Amino acid sequence: MIPGITLDHYLLLSAALFSIGLFGVLTRRNAVGVLMGLELMLNAVNLNLVAFNGLLHRSALGGQMLSLFTITIAAAEATVGLALVVSLFRARRSVRVDEADLLKG
Amino acid sequence: MHFSNPSYLVPLLPLGGFLINFLFFRKRRDVAPLLALLAVTAAFGLSLWLALGVMADPAPKLDSLDWLSVTNQVFGHFSIQVGTLLDPLSALMLVVVTGVSALVHLYSLGYMHEEEGLARFFLYLGLFTFSMLGLVLSPSLYQMYIFWELVGLCSYLLIGFYYDKPSANQASKKAFVVNRVGDLGMFFGILFLSYYLGTANFLELGPKLAGWPLFGPAWLPLGAVALLLFMGAVGKSAQFPLHVWLPDAMEGPTPVSALIHAATMVAAGVFMVARTYAVFDTALLSSVDAPFVVACVGGFTSIFAATIACTQFDIKRVLAYSTLSQLGYMVLALGVGGLGVTAGVFHLFTHACFKALLFLGSGSVIHAVHSNDLRQMGGLRKRMPVTAWTFLAGCVAIAGVPPLAGFFSKDEILAALKETGHPGLYILASVVAFFTAFYMFRLYFLAFEGEGDPHSHAHESPATMTIPLVVLALCSVAAGWASLPGNGRSFGDYIHFERGAQVQADWTRATDLAAVHPEAQGDYRAATALWATPLDGAKGLSSTASAAALSATASAAVPVAAPVPAPESRAFKLDLGVAVPATLIGLAGILLAFGVYRRRWVDPARVAAGLGPIYTLVYNKYYVDEFYRWMMDHVYYAVSGAIAWFDRHVVDGLMNGLAWAAQFLGAGLRKAQTGRVQAYALGMLAGLLILVFTAMKLLGSY
Repeated sequence: MIPGITLDHYLLLSAALFSIGLFGVLTRRNAVGVLMGLELMLNAVNLNLVAFNGLLHRSALGGQMLSLFTITIAAAEATVGLALVVSLFRARRSVRVDEADLLKG
Repeated sequence: MHFSNPSYLVPLLPLGGFLINFLFFRKRRDVAPLLALLAVTAAFGLSLWLALGVMADPAPKLDSLDWLSVTNQVFGHFSIQVGTLLDPLSALMLVVVTGVSALVHLYSLGYMHEEEGLARFFLYLGLFTFSMLGLVLSPSLYQMYIFWELVGLCSYLLIGFYYDKPSANQASKKAFVVNRVGDLGMFFGILFLSYYLGTANFLELGPKLAGWPLFGPAWLPLGAVALLLFMGAVGKSAQFPLHVWLPDAMEGPTPVSALIHAATMVAAGVFMVARTYAVFDTALLSSVDAPFVVACVGGFTSIFAATIACTQFDIKRVLAYSTLSQLGYMVLALGVGGLGVTAGVFHLFTHACFKALLFLGSGSVIHAVHSNDLRQMGGLRKRMPVTAWTFLAGCVAIAGVPPLAGFFSKDEILAALKETGHPGLYILASVVAFFTAFYMFRLYFLAFEGEGDPHSHAHESPATMTIPLVVLALCSVAAGWASLPGNGRSFGDYIHFERGAQVQADWTRATDLAAVHPEAQGDYRAATALWATPLDGAKGLSSTASAAALSATASAAVPVAAPVPAPESRAFKLDLGVAVPATLIGLAGILLAFGVYRRRWVDPARVAAGLGPIYTLVYNKYYVDEFYRWMMDHVYYAVSGAIAWFDRHVVDGLMNGLAWAAQFLGAGLRKAQTGRVQAYALGMLAGLLILVFTAMKLLGSY
């Protein structure tokens, strides 16, 4: 625990990370960029979990455990996501998500 | 499940024959008829054996499963029984149905010999026999209704047997549709009966009705139930105004007319009313005089059809109207209750014998002459003696000449009418008896006596056709003797309908009333008069049991228990005051027919011309069919046209409006579906933010 840095600092950092990630997901045209935004959002959540665990419930380990899981899942997600991007590229010669709109009504 | 008797096998035998024929011998002209004949003959043997068992022990034997069983606060316990109910009434019907059916199967071997669809014909016959047997064995109205519809279906199939003949097609459709009208009423009757009484099982009707309140708010439904059930009988037994299908049903092959449209299926209505007799009986005492309506419908139909029968020239149509008239006779007898019901069922039994005989005889004639027209026949007695003699036996039997079958059953009906105090109906029935004798002998003389066509090649039918004729002729002679006392047991001792439980209920009520109104102490009539009329509605109530009860009331100072009448024999009692006039009337009808159609005292054509419009009216069957046609064209189509307009424009308009609105909204909303993942994600974010802010606002932490 670093003196002078309170829970609010962690939460603000986490919220900023989450917002940057969300902004990336919503605005990037490149599918790889969207995936990177997603990773940022997940890490923001991890930061949140660890901060709450460390500053409020030191004896409990749930937050740390959960973030470990999240990291694992995020790795899997990145694998599947990138595989999707590769097959998208093979099918359409492009990885622009705004061009992948075949399911429109 | 353990069966108390093998009655369930009786319908299963023809069904087995039908199924085997259907699966393996559908095209086999040689095997299918013989197998069907074998199955129904076996069923007949079994029925006879069962009937002998019932005569030894007349107590009803019920083998049933609870098909549907409900326990609730309205009914207590309500169940629908399916299975078999073997009692004297169903045993009688079993013998009649299988007997006539077996003879008709045998007869059809000869009659239908040259037909294309011989195997199909025997398939239908087997299915019909199964359905009819299932009907008569039913332990509840629900099972009866199922088989009721099945026999209707078989009737439809067999009327339309010559399906390439347009008139046969139309006749089969007519029979089906007209029957639907009656069956609808019957179905509502069954539902109402189940609702109000909490049962539709025959054996439970009596006990449940015994506790039926004879006065008070519950009185109305029972009369409605009785009349609705009777609607089913009106359709199936072809009573006015639903009689129109039966004459047209003669488009079917003649053996079918004998089996279905004379002896068995059309008697199902009579059978059903006899089965639910307790409902009619209680309705009479507690509600509207439903039995009197029954009697009037039957009486009207019998005279109505008898007059038409006198004018027709199609041999099968004469017999069809005769059947209508005789069914009307039975229904008339049912309506007066008590003894009348016994007499009606007895007439059903004898009528099955001689009317099947007459139809099969007419089939033999048609087979020989290749025409239905009486004017093209004549002098056939010399060419086909067996047919002629057996036909004569049938005519004498239906005319009510002793000691043939018709005499006994008609005499019992007339006696019941007289005893129950219906002088008007008694006279009506006598007039019908006169007409019956007249038109039957008109038929006989026109077909079998006289000169005839000298170039005719008509000859006697083969033995397969004459054997059933001879058997049925013997039955027509002897069937009536069943009501004679033999060994102290006669027809009426096995099958009888009494008001016993009702009389008991009357007594209880009178006692209760006397307790409430001391001024009427001990006076049954005065006590009941306090609660006004319904007992006057019971004017038909004078079977021996109730008459005894009424006379006992006059003298009894303290009404305690109903006097149980001494068990007297219910054998045929010869009442000369009824039998002699009835016989004379029958003989007069025969004599008139003899004079007009044999001796030519007068020329029938001139009589017809002399009667002018009356003859035209009767000859055209009182224009009932034309009236229905007019009703269809002008009333029915106008009403249904209006309903169709409403349906098309208002109901459909509403539906179309909804569909259009949904389409319009959808067309707008589909623009929101861009296919772009990021747009959806943005939507999710917006929705989430709205939810979060709303929650914060509501929880007050903002």
